[in-house]
Amino acid sequence: MTDATELRLRTEEFLAAHPPASTDRGDFLKARFDAGLAWVHYPEGLGGLGAPRSLQAVVDAELEAAGAPDNDPRRIGIGLGMAAPTVLGFGTEEQKRRFLRPLWTGEEVWCQLFSEPGAGSDLAALGTRAVRDEASGDWIVNGQKVWTSSAHSARWAILIARTDPEQPKHRGITYFVCDMTDPGVDVRPLRQITGEAEFNEVFLTDVRIPDAHRLGAVGEGWKVAQTTLMNERVSIGGMRIPREGGMIGPVAKAWRERPELRTHDLHQRLMKLWVDAEVARLTGERLRQQLVAGQPGPEGSGMKLGFARLNQEISGLEVELLGEEGLLYDDWTMRRPELVDFTGREAGYRYLRSKGNSIEGGTSEVLLNIVAERVLGLPSEPRTDKDVAWKDLAR
Amino acid sequence: MTDLLYSEEEEALRSAVRDLLTDRCDAAAVLARAETDTPHDRELWKALAEGMGLAGLLVPEELGGQGATHREAAVVLEELGRAVAPTPYLTSAVVATEALLACEGPEATELLAALAAGRTVGALAVSLATAPGAPFNGVRHEEVGDQGGALHGELTGIADAVGADVLLVPAGGGLFAVHTAQDGVTVTPRTSLDLTRPLATVTFEGARARALTQDADAAVRRALRAGAALLASEQLGVAEWCLTETVRYTKERHQFNRPVGSFQALKHRLAQLWLEVVGTRAAARAAADALATGSADTDLTSALAQAYASPVAVRAAEEAVQLHGGIGMTWEHPVHLYLKRAKADSIAYGTAGAHREALAGLVELPAP
Repeated sequence: MTDATELRLRTEEFLAAHPPASTDRGDFLKARFDAGLAWVHYPEGLGGLGAPRSLQAVVDAELEAAGAPDNDPRRIGIGLGMAAPTVLGFGTEEQKRRFLRPLWTGEEVWCQLFSEPGAGSDLAALGTRAVRDEASGDWIVNGQKVWTSSAHSARWAILIARTDPEQPKHRGITYFVCDMTDPGVDVRPLRQITGEAEFNEVFLTDVRIPDAHRLGAVGEGWKVAQTTLMNERVSIGGMRIPREGGMIGPVAKAWRERPELRTHDLHQRLMKLWVDAEVARLTGERLRQQLVAGQPGPEGSGMKLGFARLNQEISGLEVELLGEEGLLYDDWTMRRPELVDFTGREAGYRYLRSKGNSIEGGTSEVLLNIVAERVLGLPSEPRTDKDVAWKDLAR
Repeated sequence: MTDLLYSEEEEALRSAVRDLLTDRCDAAAVLARAETDTPHDRELWKALAEGMGLAGLLVPEELGGQGATHREAAVVLEELGRAVAPTPYLTSAVVATEALLACEGPEATELLAALAAGRTVGALAVSLATAPGAPFNGVRHEEVGDQGGALHGELTGIADAVGADVLLVPAGGGLFAVHTAQDGVTVTPRTSLDLTRPLATVTFEGARARALTQDADAAVRRALRAGAALLASEQLGVAEWCLTETVRYTKERHQFNRPVGSFQALKHRLAQLWLEVVGTRAAARAAADALATGSADTDLTSALAQAYASPVAVRAAEEAVQLHGGIGMTWEHPVHLYLKRAKADSIAYGTAGAHREALAGLVELPAP
């Protein structure tokens, strides 16, 4: 089952059996999963048909044209983009059957318990401990995680914890699925420079995780986490964006509508950023065309870097363009949004929020190293931490 | 939809051109030639133009060309840029050819076929620094009773006029063809920043000319736009060579007992450059595709490609010189040829600033 025509037919039959207009949203999504039309490249029985990944576009186009409900991929982005491919790659049959369906339909939201106050860019230095309880076989987890989006609405978390401090830092880590409803899990909002709290701190105190919720072998967690992180970076760049679709849009609009704000200096900077934004859009479009053609290029590794810089420069220019208005801020009220809306609020918010773009999901400095080493093949810097037991590392 | 990828045929074309350039256009030879009186490599041009038929890519088959598109010509230019090849491809097979494609009549048709075959090299007698849409100089035209007349005056900054057989000269609102070998035409080579794309001053003293069109403005505008759009592909080739060679060099060169390419400060600069090269590729492909398909976006994508590619190519060459250390400052190492080409290219067919200004008008973001 790899043919586009066949898949289109199958989608049409599915739509005929489950007319979007008269089918309950939840029922529709469950049925879509069961029909293998959720992510066609997944195996049969797990939401897919074992078809090439590029054919998903065929299904999506048919469903969109028919006005079918989607599974709100933005709200469940961490589950879809990171947890699902990791569960698929490393989970047992039982884990896949238990987790993938409610993850995809959005019944269960996921979050990611990776970063710690002392382990961000150097993620493998993490210190959250998981100790085996010999009597029950369960793991007892203690530690603190940070920058956790959706922790306050999540049912499950992917978690990495140290299970062997005698090993070098990359080797003593194990990967788990953590139940966020466990009484030992304490989620506290982490207020940011924007005033709101889209992230959380998560404190884990004697959290009991059954061994059946381990993903991959004991001590192999770093390898498993690589799958998660790779998918995190690949998940951007797949969408078509119209011209002026990103942050340049609001600035261009303000420029057109408010001639009194225009100065020559701002014009020079605006045009340079307009060019950069349009080229970034074309680069993303080229990447998308490569993916559709089944020839993914290395361009994806750089997209996030480019957008981080652009968002920061453009929103910075926007605040300045607004002059006296730029001295004001829309609202400092502490809230906990379910989603981050990078462009939805005013210039000041965009400016402050975009500062996170070069930190979250890998700092720009770390990503530049990755491009240099994996794309350009430059040698890595000598390291002093590789063969040292985690417990002996300076912290 | 804009097709930003390379087709299999385009990749095959690239390999063929690259193979030829690897064999016949190594850096040492380019460098040796640059200091002689014959800056163009005639043998190489013959192989590209006559052997492979590349000079006729933009000319329809019924007019004696290959009937290909700007997408293929762009791929050729990427490779010529990678080799800083001393050939008049951009000036003759793209710019002069585009000017002729805007003309009608037997004179233009005959010349087009000659240029397409590679037998004749043409050059548009408009300063290389002219942006599409910018005003340009012409010379005085005198009626002599035949269908062309005679030309008087001087034009400066004419790229590849040295070595050209025919000049396309604006005069009195029209465009005229002048053979360089005839009486009344003097081509004086100037010492150019870019040794591989020589400039000259051209003087006409009653030179006999044949009329090509009464509307020089339209022909020149079309020619310069195609030149600017496809120059981005040449700049991409220049930038790619600089990045690739610098990565290779910094992997090999050791200081402080490790390859210099392992230092984070250098890695970040090279990774940043890679991002910009990737952007240049997307912009250059968009411009070539717009020209090939006659898209309404052609003016915009051409200006965009130039506004972006010019500074990237210059930066790539400047970074290459710096990261090669002392060797990058020597005459023997070819990196200076790329720096000179990149810097000259940043002025050719309009600076990035001129193209940003043009864009401001096109996308309705006017200056105060």
